[in-house]
Amino acid sequence: MARSKSVAQRAYLRRMMVVMVVYVLVIIGGSFAKNEGLLNDAATILVAIVSGLCVAGVFWAIGRLIVEEEDEYLRMLVVRQSLIATGFALSIASIHGFLAIFEVLPKTDLFWVPMLWFAGLAIGAASNRLKFGSWGQCA
Amino acid sequence: MRVNNRLKVLRAERDWSQQDLADRLAVSRQSVNAIETGKYDPSLPLAFRIAELFDLSIEAIFSSPSKD
Repeated sequence: MARSKSVAQRAYLRRMMVVMVVYVLVIIGGSFAKNEGLLNDAATILVAIVSGLCVAGVFWAIGRLIVEEEDEYLRMLVVRQSLIATGFALSIASIHGFLAIFEVLPKTDLFWVPMLWFAGLAIGAASNRLKFGSWGQCA
Repeated sequence: MRVNNRLKVLRAERDWSQQDLADRLAVSRQSVNAIETGKYDPSLPLAFRIAELFDLSIEAIFSSPSKD
């Protein structure tokens, strides 16, 4: 009986767990320390960069999953899911950018673009489910 | 245009489950299901592995839908 998760999927889950644990610890610890006035400027920058790197770590983990997954069908699902997420996030960012340029909407932090990408992963997973009957591995 | 295949028939003839076939091909059960149901066409290397497993030629398993 084969394992339900491939080696690449298990590595992906391990990496995601590490990234998420560090992210939560840094966000909670950093917010607490900032509110208590325990962070100087350098420490504040460090907390912000580490938080951002944790988000970047998710992209890295998904990239490694695509590289390491040996099952071509499962790999295709992740690639498809990621492309849909990319298209979704960049399309919304582009439309919003022009709406902001024409002063219809206020400008927004770039931080929301990766959040849109993560939302796009859910759309990609749903699309995979509808077209192929499988959600993919990043669901 | 999806390629037709006889994978389900060949598997049934050997009384293999989808998981049995997936284990023999070193792929996921989802892959076998997607190929059998025509939702996904395997790459040429995987098609060769499938053909070698059943000791058949690729053309004996996969066929062009335009030939039906």
